Amino acid sequence: MIGGLFIYNHKGEVLISRVYRDDIGRNAVDAFRVNVIHARQQVRSPVTNIARTSFFHVKRSNIWLAAVTKQNVNAAMVFEFLYKMCDVMASYFGKISEENIKNNFVLIYELLDEILDFGYPQNSETGSLKTFITQQGIKGQHQTKEEQSQITSQVTGQIGWRREGIKYRRNELFLDVLESVNLLMSPQGQVLSAHVSGRVVMKSYLSGMPECKFGMNDKIIIDKAGKGGVTNEAGKSDLGGGGSTSGKQSIAIDDCTFNQCVRLSKFDSERSISFIPPDGEYELMRYRTTKDIILPFRVIPLVREVGRTKLEVKVVIKSNFKPSLLAQKIEVRIPTPLNTSGVQVICMKGKAKYKASENAIVWKIKRMAGMKESQISAEIELLPTNDKKKWARPPISMNFEVPFAPSGLKVRYLKVFESKLNYSDHDVIKWVRYIGRSGIYETRC
Amino acid sequence: MEWANQLCENRQFGSKMTDSKYFTTTKKGEIFELKAELNSDKKEKKKEAVKKVIASMTVGKDVSALFPDVVNCMQTDNLELKKLVYLYLMNYAKSQPDMAIMAVNTFVKDCEDANPLIRALAVRTMGCIRVDKITEYLCEPLRKCLKDEDPYVRKTAAVCVAKLHDINAQLVEDQGFLDTLKDLISDSNPMVVANAVAALSEIAESHPNSNLLDLNPQSINKLLTALNECTEWGQIFILDCLANYTPRDDRESQSICERVTPRLSHANSAVVLSAVKVLMKFMEMLPKDLDYYSTLLKKLAPPLVTLLSAEPELQYVALRNINLIVQKRPEILKHEMKVFFVKYNDPIYVKLEKLDIMIRLASQANIAQVLAELKEYATEVDVDFVRKAVRAIGRCAIKVEQSAERCVSTLLDLIQTKVNYVVQEAIVVIKDIFRKYPNKYESVIATLCENLDSLDEPEARAAMIWIVGEYAERIDNADELLESFLEGFHDESTQVQLQLLTAIVKLFLKKPTETQELVQQVLSLATQDSDNPDLRDRGYIYWRLLSTDPVAAKEVVLAEKPLISEETDLIEPTLLEELICHIGTLASVYHKPPSAFVEGSRGVMHKRLPARTGSGESTESPDVGTAAGGSAPEAAPSIIPSQGDLLGDLLNLDMAPPTTSGPPPPTTGMQMGGMDLLGGGLDSLLGGDIGGSPAMGAGFGAAPAVMPASLNAPVGGGLGDLFDLGGVGMPMGAYIPPKIVWLPAMKAKGLEISGTFARRAGVIQMELILTNKAMSVMTDFAIQFNRNSFGLAPAGPLQVLTPLGPNQTIEVSLPLSTVGPVMKMDPLNNLQVAVKNNIDVFYFSCQYPISMLFVEDGKMERQVFLATWKDIPNDNESQFQIKDCHLNSDAASSKLQGSNIFTIAKRTVEGQDMLYMSIKLSNGIWVLAELRVQAGNPNYTISLKCRAPEVSQCVFQCYEAVLKN
Repeated sequence: MIGGLFIYNHKGEVLISRVYRDDIGRNAVDAFRVNVIHARQQVRSPVTNIARTSFFHVKRSNIWLAAVTKQNVNAAMVFEFLYKMCDVMASYFGKISEENIKNNFVLIYELLDEILDFGYPQNSETGSLKTFITQQGIKGQHQTKEEQSQITSQVTGQIGWRREGIKYRRNELFLDVLESVNLLMSPQGQVLSAHVSGRVVMKSYLSGMPECKFGMNDKIIIDKAGKGGVTNEAGKSDLGGGGSTSGKQSIAIDDCTFNQCVRLSKFDSERSISFIPPDGEYELMRYRTTKDIILPFRVIPLVREVGRTKLEVKVVIKSNFKPSLLAQKIEVRIPTPLNTSGVQVICMKGKAKYKASENAIVWKIKRMAGMKESQISAEIELLPTNDKKKWARPPISMNFEVPFAPSGLKVRYLKVFESKLNYSDHDVIKWVRYIGRSGIYETRC
Repeated sequence: MEWANQLCENRQFGSKMTDSKYFTTTKKGEIFELKAELNSDKKEKKKEAVKKVIASMTVGKDVSALFPDVVNCMQTDNLELKKLVYLYLMNYAKSQPDMAIMAVNTFVKDCEDANPLIRALAVRTMGCIRVDKITEYLCEPLRKCLKDEDPYVRKTAAVCVAKLHDINAQLVEDQGFLDTLKDLISDSNPMVVANAVAALSEIAESHPNSNLLDLNPQSINKLLTALNECTEWGQIFILDCLANYTPRDDRESQSICERVTPRLSHANSAVVLSAVKVLMKFMEMLPKDLDYYSTLLKKLAPPLVTLLSAEPELQYVALRNINLIVQKRPEILKHEMKVFFVKYNDPIYVKLEKLDIMIRLASQANIAQVLAELKEYATEVDVDFVRKAVRAIGRCAIKVEQSAERCVSTLLDLIQTKVNYVVQEAIVVIKDIFRKYPNKYESVIATLCENLDSLDEPEARAAMIWIVGEYAERIDNADELLESFLEGFHDESTQVQLQLLTAIVKLFLKKPTETQELVQQVLSLATQDSDNPDLRDRGYIYWRLLSTDPVAAKEVVLAEKPLISEETDLIEPTLLEELICHIGTLASVYHKPPSAFVEGSRGVMHKRLPARTGSGESTESPDVGTAAGGSAPEAAPSIIPSQGDLLGDLLNLDMAPPTTSGPPPPTTGMQMGGMDLLGGGLDSLLGGDIGGSPAMGAGFGAAPAVMPASLNAPVGGGLGDLFDLGGVGMPMGAYIPPKIVWLPAMKAKGLEISGTFARRAGVIQMELILTNKAMSVMTDFAIQFNRNSFGLAPAGPLQVLTPLGPNQTIEVSLPLSTVGPVMKMDPLNNLQVAVKNNIDVFYFSCQYPISMLFVEDGKMERQVFLATWKDIPNDNESQFQIKDCHLNSDAASSKLQGSNIFTIAKRTVEGQDMLYMSIKLSNGIWVLAELRVQAGNPNYTISLKCRAPEVSQCVFQCYEAVLKN
């Protein structure tokens, strides 16, 4: 298991050091600094073995978190734990920076004592941690016996993510379908790979211990329901908004993963998503699709080398969705060679600039409706070099945001049942929003 | 520490003072100031002071001098202060064990506090204080906490048992904590169950043979139930524990798989990977024609692909594991090639791993896409990545024959870029392509030759020289090209020198007239001016070949080379199986068995995939660990003699920590390299058999197939035993096991065979009794052996001259030779025999005592013994116990001598006789032994050292058999 956990600043100075196992000596702290943080070349692996001691590290801005072990630990678990550790710290004091860590070092030690025991990760749900470890110091001395046992039963219980007795005057929930669409396209316009990775984020303000059921236009369920002839579940049409899809009924989901509140065995047997949600904001599910993706933009590049000192670049972008919808925050990044001396750009829409420090022409458009087209052309002057190696031509990348789900996913219903309290599914106010963003959206040129 | 000195502004949280100020003071006399503050009456001031102490501790300052003052602050109601003091205690208690005792009372008191959080905190912290004296006081509170009414306390106490076990294992056993811990597996609270499982798994790891984690269908069922309810971390502990279980049959295996599959949808990648591990392992037991089997295969692909959208570090772990999974079961991901395409912004470690998997998945169906991608990668920036991409193109050519032509033309395009490292890498892979498709792409040689001057890496130079030598007859100026390399011969690396030597000899054999001078030049450079023995030897061999028999030289040097295989970098199957059992862990990231990077006894245990068992039969192995571990008992610590005699100092040498290994691990040197364990073992079994194989003459230095390094087994052993066969007679008295029935009449249509093996006067004999229990006469007997570990084969025909009538019995003795074909068997001394008669052919297998392979000249010189003992790595040593043997050491020695186990020296230390013995096997392997006999103690201890540790178990069995008969 994890033998120790260290946090360093960018200079390699230790901010936090907590050792859980006897086989990890103080010199381990220095070994990581010397061999990884101060290493000359780029980090070649997130796992480093130095003198039979293994170091796992992740970086957040310029802070290094390193977990150390001498055993054959579960590597995936160690990384998951490090991410979780970052989340927990962020939810306590915001950004993970040197200053914040120094300002909260007592708190961090307390958290480390609680979420790792002898190197075994324990409860790491911020919700329940916050019931007894607070920024002002630990609660505990002034609690009644009932409160104390409530804390411990929540920390160790089956529903560790939600406490009892939550009350809201207005029961309300927000569902965000956030998708990032990834594309790699050849210069000829052939899709080399494309996938959507999506997340359903839920913000719930519900009283009591509500039982929820979530439904979407998953192909498997719809096919199933179609056979069975029971379709009245689809009645809640008020949730299905947003769409730009051309009347597509259902989508094929390649794979999905769920928050720990979802009953996985039920999903496995019936493919129904049922759960008791944590209070406040959390990520309900993640999914991935690869079939029938709506690619919101098409990029058509044309690069011509004119002699040894000049390049002509022309890039056309076409928007490919309903004309009534607007895409926002559009940015096209056209890489330029290292030996660029000057660039002249003309674009029909938006603003374009050559950024020498980034070796790219950045073309920004605030808004663009569907089924439109826009174009940029640039002349790039090059300094003559004697470098034999040809320019690698990195791909043209694109950023944007569109108000629909490129996978075609639609929320069909989210039902809330709370048997003990006096409110029904109809009393809950529900909001659904779809946002599609570009992930890695690249076209080779 | 610079930053501790900085003055930080307290600008956060409005007026609230923040912690960073504690890092700020480093004036002289700081310790005194702190001391005063710690003893202050004001609570707030105390707390501030402790915070300062902790801050200093973090940056590595020694604040241990404040120990008594800090411990004094422990008696407080303030939980925050208490936690800080505990943190301090955990750090310094070990350096001040006497003072740490001062804290005990508070701990014991806190363990009875009304607040469960405080009870848990106390028991958690107490376990972290690694002071022996404290542990005694820990037992009582721990016992109470294990039975506490609050689950939070119980789950903390469960982990505390593992902590205590790490400090004092004996204490934990004596106090019966292990049983209490086992009970917690049935606890009502899932988190308690998960922590108990984690603690037990860890303790079980250091007791490989104990049956601590008594996994049976009932306990498995409990674990599977808890799996649905506990935290993500708990699920990981439980799944990792499940993976150690071996289901009794395919039905149980399937039902566990069914209950584990839902975990594949968990958001935590570690849960997913651990579930994949369980499924991959249990799938082995399912029949392949089962519908469920193919369903399961289909279910595995999507979650594995999803792992690739995780954060880069996790992607890396996932990719390393997918690499193993693809090798084990390529069918799972064969349609998912695209997801492994490299993204421009991927970190380099992700890129390299993706590339590796792309090559493994390349097939005729997707090769066009793969090639297009690889060509793209070859223009990237990172040198390592580009090299690997170029190499990958070559591997595609070798793997998918239809694509070879396109690959070659792609490589030629890349050579045209003139980027130095791309060209060199391309030439190295083109050489491999030539070996796979000889006489097909020679047209490209001209292009390659143009780049001769730009090659500066040994591997590329060697590859180019090989190409020139191999195709010397088609390259007009081959002699000039090779001559140009010859100028700086002594500055070249060995690889290039060897290659150049071979290439010029090839050239000479192909064009003898004009190159005589050149070949003489290179031979003299290699033999007279070089210090490198390899080069000299190769030079002499060529020289002698050329001068004595040029025809033979041609046959050797220009022999047809075996084609190289498609997959040259697959992980060796046994290692792969072991790594599959470690999916998700560091071992799977490093692609090395845990023993290669974990110290001590932990993780030395080799895991294996279960074998398929039908529901009818059931195996009696509840735990893979024990099944794989064999029956080797734990070793007793070696006694290190103090006198400085000959054998004494050999023992002193490198035996410092007594090796307490479970099963005799295969040679560690090889494990570290991740090399072919089985092959290596076999190689060493082959002993002195190093022949002039044509491959050697062909001198294909950079052949991609990894040849297991021959473990320098004594050369000439192979010859030695040939002479032995007719050899020096020894007095009778060798141990002969009693005859047993090998082939019952039921199975062989009435023919019953029983027999034994014996070594008489240096000849190995198989003594058989054939009984005809059928009604008809049997004639035409013949016998044959399958290939076996020591090359045993019948030296003559089976002498049954008269027909065997009904109810007749005949005794035959069949002389055996040890020059037959060799194949490693399991167990090592297994022999598969076929006997034929006029009715049918019958097969049976039997085990021979390895003692019949002990040759008569197995007595080693004392000096040689000493040197050899030192030379064999300690990992190759195995220890065994021989129980209930009532011989004294002299009697034992003479008895063993009868079976060619020779005593070389005897020493007596403190009433214990130590006998040092040597044994030589018919294939030249030496086994060295140390037998310890204590007067009045019927249990002997024997340590065996051998370069081929696989034989140790068999040799031990012989000792036991000889001594007890």
